[in-house]
Amino acid sequence: MVIDALIAVAALLFLAPTGIVLASSSIGRPTIYGASLALSLALVIAGVVSLSGHHNSAAVLPFGLPWLGAHFRIDALSAFFLIVVNLGGAAVSLFALGYGRHEEFPGRVLPFYPAYLAAMNLVLLSADAFSFLVSWEFMSLSSWALVIAHHNVRENIRAGYIYLLMASFGTLALLFAFGLMAGAGGDYAFAAMRAAPPTAGLAALVLILALVGAGSKAGLVPLHAWLPHAHPAAPSHVSALMSGVMTKVAVYGFIRIVFDLAGSPAWWWSMPVIGIGALTAVMGVLYALMQSDLKRVLAYSTIENIGIIFVALGLALAFKANAMTFAAALAMTAALLHVLNHSLFKNLLFCGAGAVLASTGQRDLERLGGLIHRMPQTAFVFLVGCAAISALPPLNGFVSEWLAFQAILVSPQLSSWGLKLMIPAAGALLALSAALAGACFVRVYGIAFLGRPRSDAAGSAHEIERVSVVAMGILAGACLVLGILPGFAIDALAPVTQIVAGGRMPVQTSVEWLSIVPIAASRSSYNGLLVFLFITASGMIGAFAIHRLASDKIRRSAIWDCGFPDPSPATQYTADSFAQPIRRIFGTLVFRARELGEMPTPNSTAPARFVAVVHDPIWDTLYAPLVGFVAFAAEKLNVLQFLTIRRYLTLVFVALVLLLLVLAAWP
Amino acid sequence: MHGLAFDIAHMLAGSLVVVSFLELYQDRILALINVYAAHALVLTLSVAWQALVQEAPHLYVTALIALAFKAIVIPVALRRIVVKLGIHREIDNVVGVGLAMLAGIGLVALSMVVMLRVTAEADPLAREDLAFALSVVLLGLLMMVTRRNAVSQVIGFMSLENGLVLAATGAKGMPLVVEISVAFSVLIAFIVIGIFLFRIRERFDTVDVQALDRFRGERR
Amino acid sequence: MALIHDLLFQGVQMLLVLLLAPLLTGFVRKVKARLLRRRGPPLIQPYRDLARLLRKDVVLAHNASWLFRVIPYLIFAATWVAASLVPTFRSGLLFSWTADLIALIALLGSARFFLALAGMDAGTGFGGIGASREVMIASLAEPAMMMIVFAIALIAGSTQLSTMAAFMNSPEVGLRVSLGLGLIALVIVAIAENARIPVDNPATHLELTMVHEAMVLEYSGRHLALIELASFLKLLLYVSLIACLFVPWGIGVASADPTEVAIGVAGYVAKLAAGGFLLAVFETAIAKMRVFRVPQLLGAALMLALLATLLSFVSRSF
Repeated sequence: MVIDALIAVAALLFLAPTGIVLASSSIGRPTIYGASLALSLALVIAGVVSLSGHHNSAAVLPFGLPWLGAHFRIDALSAFFLIVVNLGGAAVSLFALGYGRHEEFPGRVLPFYPAYLAAMNLVLLSADAFSFLVSWEFMSLSSWALVIAHHNVRENIRAGYIYLLMASFGTLALLFAFGLMAGAGGDYAFAAMRAAPPTAGLAALVLILALVGAGSKAGLVPLHAWLPHAHPAAPSHVSALMSGVMTKVAVYGFIRIVFDLAGSPAWWWSMPVIGIGALTAVMGVLYALMQSDLKRVLAYSTIENIGIIFVALGLALAFKANAMTFAAALAMTAALLHVLNHSLFKNLLFCGAGAVLASTGQRDLERLGGLIHRMPQTAFVFLVGCAAISALPPLNGFVSEWLAFQAILVSPQLSSWGLKLMIPAAGALLALSAALAGACFVRVYGIAFLGRPRSDAAGSAHEIERVSVVAMGILAGACLVLGILPGFAIDALAPVTQIVAGGRMPVQTSVEWLSIVPIAASRSSYNGLLVFLFITASGMIGAFAIHRLASDKIRRSAIWDCGFPDPSPATQYTADSFAQPIRRIFGTLVFRARELGEMPTPNSTAPARFVAVVHDPIWDTLYAPLVGFVAFAAEKLNVLQFLTIRRYLTLVFVALVLLLLVLAAWP
Repeated sequence: MHGLAFDIAHMLAGSLVVVSFLELYQDRILALINVYAAHALVLTLSVAWQALVQEAPHLYVTALIALAFKAIVIPVALRRIVVKLGIHREIDNVVGVGLAMLAGIGLVALSMVVMLRVTAEADPLAREDLAFALSVVLLGLLMMVTRRNAVSQVIGFMSLENGLVLAATGAKGMPLVVEISVAFSVLIAFIVIGIFLFRIRERFDTVDVQALDRFRGERR
Repeated sequence: MALIHDLLFQGVQMLLVLLLAPLLTGFVRKVKARLLRRRGPPLIQPYRDLARLLRKDVVLAHNASWLFRVIPYLIFAATWVAASLVPTFRSGLLFSWTADLIALIALLGSARFFLALAGMDAGTGFGGIGASREVMIASLAEPAMMMIVFAIALIAGSTQLSTMAAFMNSPEVGLRVSLGLGLIALVIVAIAENARIPVDNPATHLELTMVHEAMVLEYSGRHLALIELASFLKLLLYVSLIACLFVPWGIGVASADPTEVAIGVAGYVAKLAAGGFLLAVFETAIAKMRVFRVPQLLGAALMLALLATLLSFVSRSF
């Protein structure tokens, strides 16, 4: 099975130079995206077969380091993530078959797109540290090339620069983590690391390094600074892949290192993970509410969902450290199910944003509006995506949130005091972020799609290509199916939780009426199918009764608006005004948000001005001083560029003498 | 699991914590005085219940002192003085209500952790009541720290003292509870009087009561 | 046989909540009027209002979308399903295992999501005000509600409403501090969610004071009737929830004995009347808050609920 997967990946890699050749011709786009679609589907099948067949397969290829080779392996964990990554890749490739027609610089996108897909798959398949890190870097580089594809916009170049810096920093952290785990023997194969777990102190360092390295790629606060710049800068289908899929590859890296290779966790490991996860969730959604760029809102919302996933992972760590394998499996299932769910609806939302961008040329929410009339099919599937990400039943977002809450309700059995105080607080923050996410997506959908058009571009929009709409429809359908029939997904995850958490949840498909029962039937249960049927039935009974017994007439008229309708669309609520109450409550503390109004003096015809000022606390406290320090140090060190020959010789001489001293004093 | 007596004692101690939070939430002085009267009333009920359960009749005296002095006399007196001096419109928070409540929750969590770990082998009723009492003390201190107005600070101090009385009555067999309560109440009376003497002096530049009479006719 | 009985009781429950909901609102309005020394509208006035609205034509704005027309049915369906799952006169409902208390809150959340979207659809300033204030209130009320659920679920050992009601009715529950805190927080959240004074005024049409009314300003005819019925159902749901969790005496456990059922129904109607009376007295006694004082109130509810959960986490006897 792993050989088949590797062949598919090699084919994807072969598509990259093909893309260079075919970029400017008319068959370039269908070929590249069509072939990517087919190969992604093949990889999904490989993942499904591996996961359901419960067998691992491994291979060693003679690339890479000469004494190591390149190890590749599919076990249950990588099979699941293969499915997640390639489902996203397939859906986005299908979307791009239509959307790619709007691409301005196909020569900069088409070659790197299949390379990006190949790199992500290679990360999942790697079974030794060297191939893992090489694939990780390749993934960063190919996505960087895609981020700066639209190089005519200055911000994209800056976004790419920040992205490259943070990606290198993350890879460095991961390099140290793997180095610590490989130990003095230097055996980088995962099998060897698994067999010889590090000591307690080293394992703690490995946890921190993995959190920093994988977390920065996933978007954990405070290492998230690159994400809201880089994700929106790329073409929309690539943004979908970056937000929906690449962040999940980072989560895979974290799980692989912390749950699989680093040995059994200590009692305190879960505390930083839960704390950072909860903070990320709330900060992500608060940032999202302050933005008026559609794609940036979606990027910050990704940060929020990654926070939720890490809270669930932290809970799994806590349960695993306390040998509560059953509860650990529950928390792990919640985390992995949210990985799958988020990739589905985030891909859907970014594809929708791409459709809006292609159709109106606008990303700014303040210039959109009324698109439900102009782009009805996109509006419908985007609504499904918004409802799914707000965790509304009966869609899939609710199922993973529900499982996470059930895991929190099991946690009083943990013995550590710190956890006993931290977990209720984390639960409150999780509930807060879920409520704020609902607010955020009411705002996005209400401003962009409902109401009246706020600009001519929005007023003259048109529906995009049929293929792209079909791709988004498939994603929306998947959201519904996973929400209605979650038991199958939970059972499919059993082999994965067996590996990483040491246990599994009870078999779900045998529960009557297809409910899910995470712990015991008297304790809690949820039946998505029946909830969906009840809602549909109640709605239809209501509609039928009313249309039969009462009136069913409709008249159209001018809008009521309390008798003072204003014809100008500028009197509608804007994105900033919608967020004003929340900005006032939460933003005053977190973002030092201030509102300044300047009123002109009487008799002056100058306009009044209203300015809402929002500071980014993390950039101001962490990054800006760091940047300042680096600039300062660089200034000081610049003097080394202009030394005389004698001074350079002195430098070399001193370095040599120092090294000899060290050698002499080495015990 | 536990008897009804335990539950009622617990409920009253918990209500004292809730009323302390309610005090933190107020930002007008007259409302704060009313809530403090409720605080003293809950303390009365709690001490009376402890007197009933522990069969310690001297605690009834403490309950009576709490009712008469702290729930009736002091709030009424404070109210009249506050209205007369015209300071009942001032709003005086150093930090916002939200932050104060968050800090309050943190303090309650802290006192839970400390009390329940330190007294691991004691009787469960006493342990948890002590945890609540420590919370009330810390919340009273928080109120003194986050308010600018002297009246609010005095009320914070009185709530703190209520917490101490709760702790004293909750532990069985503490001697001299009645005497300590009386002593504290006299101390508070002197503090309150002292503060108002200062206030009167800075308002009218004198504490001579005759001088106050001069202002009575025209200004009203 | 037992299945038929259970199905019958579930159907009776669904019909009962639908029929009683307007009566509860009518009762509250009557008591408020009496307290203000007015005679007030008759108790069945809400039924008459609904019938009148159903007969009228729907007047839609020119730019109202298909979503605007579908949303009233969605809101009504979600609220009706949620209200049918709360045990009223009898626990052990047949479909109580389909959705537990967390799912119920999420159902009400989705009703609110769509109502806010309906407010935005019109493209007016009023709709925007209502929607943005509604999501602000929700962003604090929903976490408070979730923490209340946690606190009670930790004590009762389950999130399923039938199990919780049965546990609360049993002698093991005792008087607990976290339950007291949960009750206070739940009452505050219920007032906020049902758009009652002091959070919102259900009887006003002034833009500065309305949240819920602003969102439904453009609705008319049968759509408005459905939305009104949904808000009646929501009030009934919250009063029933408080009754079933904190005053559960009289709720029969899964039996078909007619005397027990009769006691259950009588007890339920009495609890509704008591709840409605207390709500009316509270609304008459207190004034509406400024919009930006509401977050402080809800923040206090969230803190109380968080404290209740913390206490439940820390010790079994809290």
